[in-house]
Amino acid sequence: MSAPTFDLGTLHGGLRLPILKDESTARVIQHVPVPTQLVLPLAQHAGEPAHPIVGIGERVLKGQLIADADGIISAPVHASSSGKVVAIEQWPVSRRLGENAPCIVIECDGLDQAVYLSEPIVPFEKQSPDTLFQKILYGGIVGLGGAVFPTAHKLMEATTESLEYLILNGVECESYISCDDMLMREHAMAVVVGAQILLHALRLDRCFVAVESDKPEAIHALADALTEVQDGRIAVKQIPTIYPSGAEDQVVQLVTRKEVPTGGLPTDVGCLVQNVGTAAAVYDWICQGEPLISRITTVTGDGVAAPMNVKSRIGTTVADVVNFIGGYTERAKQLIIGGPMTGKSVTTDRVPLVKATNCILVLSETPPLGTENPCIRCGECAQVCPVLLLPQQLYWYACADNEAKLRSYGLTDCIECGCCDLVCPSHIPLTADFRSAKLRMRELEDEQARAERAKQRFESRTVRLEREQLQRAVELMKQKERIKNAGPQAIQEILERSGKPSESDKDE
Amino acid sequence: MWIAVITITGIALVAGVGLSFASRRLPANDDDLVSKVNALLPQTQCAQCGYPGCRPYAAAIVHEAVSINLCPPGGEDTVQRLADLLGRDAMPLAEPAQTNMKESVAFIHETLCIGCTRCRDVCPVDAIVGAHQFMHTILAAECTGCELCLAPCPVDCIQMKPAA
Repeated sequence: MSAPTFDLGTLHGGLRLPILKDESTARVIQHVPVPTQLVLPLAQHAGEPAHPIVGIGERVLKGQLIADADGIISAPVHASSSGKVVAIEQWPVSRRLGENAPCIVIECDGLDQAVYLSEPIVPFEKQSPDTLFQKILYGGIVGLGGAVFPTAHKLMEATTESLEYLILNGVECESYISCDDMLMREHAMAVVVGAQILLHALRLDRCFVAVESDKPEAIHALADALTEVQDGRIAVKQIPTIYPSGAEDQVVQLVTRKEVPTGGLPTDVGCLVQNVGTAAAVYDWICQGEPLISRITTVTGDGVAAPMNVKSRIGTTVADVVNFIGGYTERAKQLIIGGPMTGKSVTTDRVPLVKATNCILVLSETPPLGTENPCIRCGECAQVCPVLLLPQQLYWYACADNEAKLRSYGLTDCIECGCCDLVCPSHIPLTADFRSAKLRMRELEDEQARAERAKQRFESRTVRLEREQLQRAVELMKQKERIKNAGPQAIQEILERSGKPSESDKDE
Repeated sequence: MWIAVITITGIALVAGVGLSFASRRLPANDDDLVSKVNALLPQTQCAQCGYPGCRPYAAAIVHEAVSINLCPPGGEDTVQRLADLLGRDAMPLAEPAQTNMKESVAFIHETLCIGCTRCRDVCPVDAIVGAHQFMHTILAAECTGCELCLAPCPVDCIQMKPAA
């Protein structure tokens, strides 16, 4: 294995968070059995929601397509076990906006009968990149790091840029979460072969797997797998354990020492980042024929009896998953989907586990929120900001709704990591303020774009009306000219042709 | 030292006289100002101000010193921004907005439409498609919610709906 010689880049700011992962990594990954009911949201990915292609009462098999991609950026949804579709309805889900979303509800028959694969599995080396992209799209594979952007679209967009590296992101910088760690420990080969497939599809020959230094087991497992496949294109890179080193742009910065430009993507500096889980999902689909119907999730926190990582079918409700691992403890008070920094608190455990769910965190009590005080301009937030923003200035302008200043101070570059919140001695919820300011900014932008369009349409209509009027005037003038030039004989002819001789008019 | 004071005062005096002359006598770049005023208007083209669209109103504000509080869909915000731009006093809206235009679009009940093209002809942004004796429809993405198509419809088949 040829290790790269150049050293790592650095990250500004960031925080050392308590790790709190040992509880969930003590056990091997457990498989959650088929639940009685599966709830599959139509929008488990960034972009347009999928549209259902099954009817109520229809029997579906494991791996069967039940909702197809719809729109330019979208991903299909597959049934994760066999059973009967009982409803397509609004169901509580965990996401940033809104509480409910349309879901397909399947009552499982427990047989777990899989759909028959129509095509034999071909070794990926013999498939063209385009075939692989199409397959990845059809497999419902989305970025499992959290953004759930459809993988096929990300790959296809990346091929239009000049790429240098594929980076597999195995950095889980948030406290508690350990699903990628366990995946790399137990399924390192899937990750490595997944990387080979992606390299082949992208026609690249350099791949880094970025893993934090606090995951020696994962690094060993990956190294063993790499020795086994003897692939010199892939190398493991140790990343310092600091939050938020696992964010996409930050991983690129650490691995390649190149900074992703403002408003740009990692492809602008020649990198494509995929989560290790996504690579494994690509392997499962291309080499094993299983679409994205299950994922590894960390179930942890002091509110559950036995914290561990589980592999469960997409659509299993949180209640079923928690029941499987032994239920809640008496102290369980708060349920968070995702990590403690970027996760979302939910009020019911009826929410299903979706493609994005990397962690189910059950805590005994809400961390005490200090009372919010005025900003004292201490500058702590600017010191920890990993993207070198000035949160206190942004906060000022967000309070004043000053869009121009927010833009020039780079609000759009905020990655909403929450570091500034955590260090703020005045307990100002900065990230929440920035999030709503971003939303307002986007709304304003939309409105301006609409107004601009309406203005253009109004102006082109005015031009058109003027032109039509001019044309009519010219036409009228020409007609008058013709009649004047034609003389009385022609007029007589016209009158005769019209069938009413002028004499008869006179008689009446 | 006195030489410096006199020189600077002299330069300031000449520049001041020159600038005040220029601002009084030279024609202002009105088209530019009309565009700026137009950019602040909401572009619903609803004609509630009494002018046939946002740009004509902007031109009237600049050239005829028409009052700046005639735009109900723009609301108080627009009045404030116009006041800031033009150095005039902000004032309350002449007529408060009846409906929230920015968040509604017109919808044609196609079963009722008789294809008279009257609504098509008044639409300020050409957002209605249709021909004589054929049912019409609205391009929802282009509709500004101006409500100008409601009145001419002889069969009242147009309704305002919240924008998607």
